[in-house]
Amino acid sequence: MKSDGIPSGCAISGLMSEDGRRINGKKIIESIACMHDRSNGLGGGFAAYGIYPKRKDMYAFHMMYDNARAKEDTEEFFKDHFNVDKDEAIPTHRQNGISDPPILWRYFLEVPENKLEFLSERDYVAKTVMKIHSEIEGSFVASSGMNMGAFKGVGYPEDIGRFFKLEEYSAYIWTAHGRFPTNTPGWWGGAHPFTLLDWSVVHNGEISSYGINKRYLEMFGYKLELRTDTEVIAYMFDLLVRKHKLPVEIAAETLAAAFWKDIDRMEPGKKKIATAIRQVYGSTLLNGPFSIIIGHNRGMIGLNDRIKLRPMTAARKDDMLYMASEESAIREIAPDLDEVWSPRAGTPVFGTLKAGVE
Amino acid sequence: MESQLPAEFIVNIDHERCRKCKRCVMNCSFSAIEFKDKVTANNRQCVACHRCATFCPENAITITQNPLDYKDGYNWSPEIRKNILKQAESGGMILTGMGNPKPYPIYWDHMLIDACQVTNPSIDPLREPMELRTYLGAKPEFLEFEGDPGNISLKTELAPQVKLDIPIVFAAMSYGAISLNAHKALAMAARRMGTLMNTGEGGLHEDLAGYADRIIVQVASGRFGVTSKYLNNSALVEIKIGQGAKPGIGGHLPGEKVGEDISKTRMIPVGTDALSPAPHHDIYSIEDLSQLIYAIKETTDYKKPVSVKIAAVHNVAAIASGIVRAGADVVMIDGFRGGTGAAPMIIRDHVGIPIELALAAVDDRLRQEGIRNRASILVGGSIRQSADVVKAIALGADACVIGTASLIAMGCRVCQKCYTGNCAWGIATQKPELVRRLNPEVAADRLCNLLTAWGHEIQEVLGSLGINAIESLRGSRERLRGVGLNQEALDILGIKHAGIGQ
Repeated sequence: MKSDGIPSGCAISGLMSEDGRRINGKKIIESIACMHDRSNGLGGGFAAYGIYPKRKDMYAFHMMYDNARAKEDTEEFFKDHFNVDKDEAIPTHRQNGISDPPILWRYFLEVPENKLEFLSERDYVAKTVMKIHSEIEGSFVASSGMNMGAFKGVGYPEDIGRFFKLEEYSAYIWTAHGRFPTNTPGWWGGAHPFTLLDWSVVHNGEISSYGINKRYLEMFGYKLELRTDTEVIAYMFDLLVRKHKLPVEIAAETLAAAFWKDIDRMEPGKKKIATAIRQVYGSTLLNGPFSIIIGHNRGMIGLNDRIKLRPMTAARKDDMLYMASEESAIREIAPDLDEVWSPRAGTPVFGTLKAGVE
Repeated sequence: MESQLPAEFIVNIDHERCRKCKRCVMNCSFSAIEFKDKVTANNRQCVACHRCATFCPENAITITQNPLDYKDGYNWSPEIRKNILKQAESGGMILTGMGNPKPYPIYWDHMLIDACQVTNPSIDPLREPMELRTYLGAKPEFLEFEGDPGNISLKTELAPQVKLDIPIVFAAMSYGAISLNAHKALAMAARRMGTLMNTGEGGLHEDLAGYADRIIVQVASGRFGVTSKYLNNSALVEIKIGQGAKPGIGGHLPGEKVGEDISKTRMIPVGTDALSPAPHHDIYSIEDLSQLIYAIKETTDYKKPVSVKIAAVHNVAAIASGIVRAGADVVMIDGFRGGTGAAPMIIRDHVGIPIELALAAVDDRLRQEGIRNRASILVGGSIRQSADVVKAIALGADACVIGTASLIAMGCRVCQKCYTGNCAWGIATQKPELVRRLNPEVAADRLCNLLTAWGHEIQEVLGSLGINAIESLRGSRERLRGVGLNQEALDILGIKHAGIGQ
């Protein structure tokens, strides 16, 4: 599964306007293209928030199908489970460097009320995503959130970006990933971002605690079938923030929890919280090298592992927050910055959409 | 009746080297060595406890198995023939001590641990923090917070938690089965290492009251020494339902061991047999167990986690689930190889199931039911080395308990004669002249050394796994692979066979 070449790790980049200004996809492509050598052409992808304002209250399903049969089966499934407002091919561009794409289709879905007797709407949608993955051969949900979408595939990220015509979309959050796969095969569904509902994750690294993270999520009914450690991060945020209702800051802290030596020196209030997090959420600690950018409808979170075994730089300019594996990838699109810093190990960086901004 | 049993061991004395200092004679507590002009062995009495050989200043003593051969017979092994001879002579059950010595498969030795290469870097435990801290107790399913961002406070009140600096606890061994000096050594070591010792069912000697925060106090079917002060003077309270070495049967401390001190501690008259009934006479169902759990919680004002200890038997997963639902904060599972001071050989050698399989089944079951957080899992019987601890935690245990290993650290040679009360090492005996041989300070040092060494070894493995906290190993079966196991065993253990990638 490992390709030839020197493993240099993956590349991630993210940008966000906290004012909610819409930015087209050109910038994020330029940023991730700057880190070309960190990928090996086996996967690239983007997540974009705010791209479907006309249908912002519907679940936008970006689908990948291996064949027409999978598409038929899935559409049959959608008819049984949702009201389909609209479906269409995801626009693409014949692009050099991209070969053999699956059938790419998107759907705008509403949940019929009679389906929600025992479930919340979002639980229902999350369940159907997992059902598609486990029950319909050759069908893959690239994203399933509202007013957002994931665009990903096998290729260099800049080629994937142009393939999906991202310059025609405008979003207030963009995240991007260039992949150098070592632990899982390069396939379209396996490219980042990984998503569930409006959570998206781009990830550089490997989760050495995958085994227990997966078993923990399974206890809460999540089905992990994608053969990759990144999907646990998306599901973890879904569990912690949506189901357990943890504040986002706390959720981030459970994934890269403080060391006991630091907790022991905290003031009592903080110590109590940090201790309880480690006691109760030990199984959600992501152990191993990672830098990740998590997107959601109200913001963006950057996070490193507890001993910072993967690079991450953050920067601000006016209402913009940037995060990337390398500073060069930020300077490429924003040479003049107010502030640039390397977030400390395990210390999250938050970008938050201003209150009232849609 | 003249015994027809041959000696098990031969004590060889090198008379050329022997200086006739008689130290061996003084040290042998089994009357296997006499002095008749020269040191003379009474081979039939020798149990291979090595006391004489260890203390002979001239290294003049060796002990060998009696080479007496039997006519070959795979079916009628010498051991089986000897057992029949014993019973033909005595008419009794064969009594024995320590854990099951039979060659049943040891699943620990059929599991291998992963390590990092290239993409997920290993971590050097000498340079980076490598955390072993573990908390025992019930955890809520999730935490609740209140307040605004930047000023968040915790709303959830956690059930009581007991902190362990290393996920290894000393196993339940009663004062009675082992000596007061052994108990003292365990308590001192537990305090120094930030872990716990367990009183077993014989109550807590008043000399150890000062170690309360490091002590698990046990409530067993005999209820020896159980008072509200005893329950409150503890880190954790454990209800003992069963023991791996003797599931389903009670215990019997013979009257000759019940001296003044034990009588006081157990609250029974001097010289009377201390009998633990097979079942608790107030527990005939899971509802009864729940009542006892809550009676203890009421008595201790809900400040102590309550553990329930069971032997690993066929239906252990369902039983453990019931125990968790009955309100236990900790489930302690004791495998069929667990030790004992005294048990009928038929029970010790033929009843129960291996801890590896029991642990995997229990952890799976609690996860399937979504209640794994409600109780910590402690496992023992038998944890022989730090590798076993690592594998147990990867299978899903919160921590391990060590009984036999801690006795060996104090000097035990696993001669399996604990039930005789003649322990030459001062551990499993109440005879003052033998108890005196065990210096609690020295024994505590040896226990601390053992735990320190195991702690370093566990950290080394965590580092090679690329993780720096024990909770990232806990239940992470993906990091284990089986070798030479059939599919059914692999399925029960929830691990893949070696050679299969992620």
